[in-house]
Amino acid sequence: MAIVELKGVAKRYDSAPGRKGNDHANAVEDFNLTTKDGEFVVLVGPSGCGKSTTMRMIAGLEHNTAGEIRINGKDVSNVEPRDRDIAMVFQSYALYPHMSVYHNMAFALELKKTPKDEVKQRVQEAARILDIEHLLDRKPRALSGGQRQRVALGRALVRQPQVFLMDEPLSNLDARLRVEMRAEITRLHRRLGVTTFYVTHDQTEAMTMGQRIVVMRDGRIQQIDTPYNLYERPVNRFVAGFIGTPSMNFLQADRQGDTLKGEGFSCPLNPRQQAALEGGGQRSRCWLGIRPEHLHQVEESGGRGRLEGVIEVIEPLGPVTMAQVRAGETLITAQLAAHLDVRIGDVLTLAFDPDHVHLFDIESDRTLGLEAYPATSSAQATA
Amino acid sequence: MSAPPANASPKRRAPTKRLMAPSVLFLLVWMIVPLAMTLYYSFQDYNLMMPDMRGFAGGLSYELLFTDPVFWDALLNTLLLVATCLLVTVVAGLALALLFNRTFVGRGIARTLAISPFFVMPVVTGLIWKYMLLDPVYGLFSWVMRSVGLEPVQWLSSYPLLSVVMMISWEWTPFALLILLTGLQSLPEDQLEAVRLDGANRWQEFRHIVLPHLGQVLYVVIMLESIFFLTSFAEIYATTSGGPGTATTNLPYYIYLGAFFQYDIGLSSAAAIGAVVLANIFAIFLIRFVAGNLNAGSQR
Repeated sequence: MAIVELKGVAKRYDSAPGRKGNDHANAVEDFNLTTKDGEFVVLVGPSGCGKSTTMRMIAGLEHNTAGEIRINGKDVSNVEPRDRDIAMVFQSYALYPHMSVYHNMAFALELKKTPKDEVKQRVQEAARILDIEHLLDRKPRALSGGQRQRVALGRALVRQPQVFLMDEPLSNLDARLRVEMRAEITRLHRRLGVTTFYVTHDQTEAMTMGQRIVVMRDGRIQQIDTPYNLYERPVNRFVAGFIGTPSMNFLQADRQGDTLKGEGFSCPLNPRQQAALEGGGQRSRCWLGIRPEHLHQVEESGGRGRLEGVIEVIEPLGPVTMAQVRAGETLITAQLAAHLDVRIGDVLTLAFDPDHVHLFDIESDRTLGLEAYPATSSAQATA
Repeated sequence: MSAPPANASPKRRAPTKRLMAPSVLFLLVWMIVPLAMTLYYSFQDYNLMMPDMRGFAGGLSYELLFTDPVFWDALLNTLLLVATCLLVTVVAGLALALLFNRTFVGRGIARTLAISPFFVMPVVTGLIWKYMLLDPVYGLFSWVMRSVGLEPVQWLSSYPLLSVVMMISWEWTPFALLILLTGLQSLPEDQLEAVRLDGANRWQEFRHIVLPHLGQVLYVVIMLESIFFLTSFAEIYATTSGGPGTATTNLPYYIYLGAFFQYDIGLSSAAAIGAVVLANIFAIFLIRFVAGNLNAGSQR
């Protein structure tokens, strides 16, 4: 059990020639986060955003060049990885190939000279939780990907560490196994209640597993929030586009009185949005964001937002059908009902509720009128 | 990579054998014929000084061989030479490999220099050491010793076997270094990171991760080096000529002396058969050792 605090943590690589990633002088900048005890925090972002580097700094595998990392109040910035009492699950699993599953799991305890009986009992216990008791005598090379994944989790589990770190642990599994293990890791966390950091580039993983999610980009934190809040109240266009599949659609819009207009669409503004557009000087232009699931096919839009375009691609997924619609220059994704009678080349009229519309500043990409959005308590979101 | 189906018909296998035949035949002629001839000569009464007196000698050559104290000296020297050279090259090679696996300025140049002794021919190695390094008058070692006020050592006459060990080790440490370094470089970084997080210190990291990873590579180094050390000849020929006395006479040199100084083909053939037996004993020990290691590994 532990509270992990990161205060102004940064990682700066010296631009040594031939060194990987030296075009980003700062891999991580000004990272601030304090976890709750036993919290499941997900770090998410596109590749190269610094999420793995941040995790490796918590582990001590990379040295933070600025700021402090505290575990239970103690600054560990200069503590060796082996003394931090942290267990990590690697993307490649990093099992010890010459040791049996049992020894892989027992190794850390044996290094600490834990009594043999206790080692055995703890390994058995972890193996039982992960359902790998029958594999204890095998070598890692005799295991399937999913089994290796479980052993890697087991190796972290037996140590009963203060903090778990997981670096894209599911990315080498096939899609079905990934969904299974996702639920399993969530169950494990609920059962053990150990503070956990989880790195992923997959926003679905982040949304389903995280109690709090840190969205990162280019080494900077964009937003730290609950999954629900990230979806409902993204702070900028990047977060809005990153969270949710398919991604949010963005349209350039001109304001004409109480309406936003652009190529192929128009949207009446509610008072909250009007106030947001007027806050901090008059704006005549902005980005309009609308999620695919909030677009509906209609004949008449009647007082709602309205978008018109030509269908270019139809992707039936079973429960729903995705359609890509060209409105002027922009390609819009819309989530339509499953058995819709539409064809490529048809002109489609879509309606949307103005309350579902997100507005972003045309230059800074920041969400306009964020403070006025209906707030959700984090308790509700994590329940 | 599509493996052929397990139930490949015999028809499909037949050409494999026929295609392999030339190389197998070549190997047989190359190995079995000389071995058979050596075996044949070892039972012949055959001295080049008395070419007329040929005939079957029975086990006489072997009797002479086993009662020759020089043969036993040569055998002991061979074993000593192989054992010490193996120890020195593997330990020094491993230490250097660990060093060269780290990043430092000028590593590329340093690596090339460290490997260069391996490209020097054995005879040249012998001459370099004999004249440039070990010479008691104008050698580098004696200059160093004199400059710190010590009496120069007569290396080749006072410590002949040690001198030979130094030469061969100097020549072969780069080989161990090269192979072990490639082994180290194939060790995945995340395993080291995992073991560090598991609480291992530097020594435990080396003992439990690096060394087991190098197991196979070490085996290759020991296997190849012992084969080459068993047949060391040029370094001895160019420096001590097996002396003083029999101090540096190893089995290959003993065979050479028998054939080209006593002109006794029978005796030296018998000694050669002895060398073959010795090499095979080595091979068996090594294979046992490796098999044992593998078993022990799977029991862990």
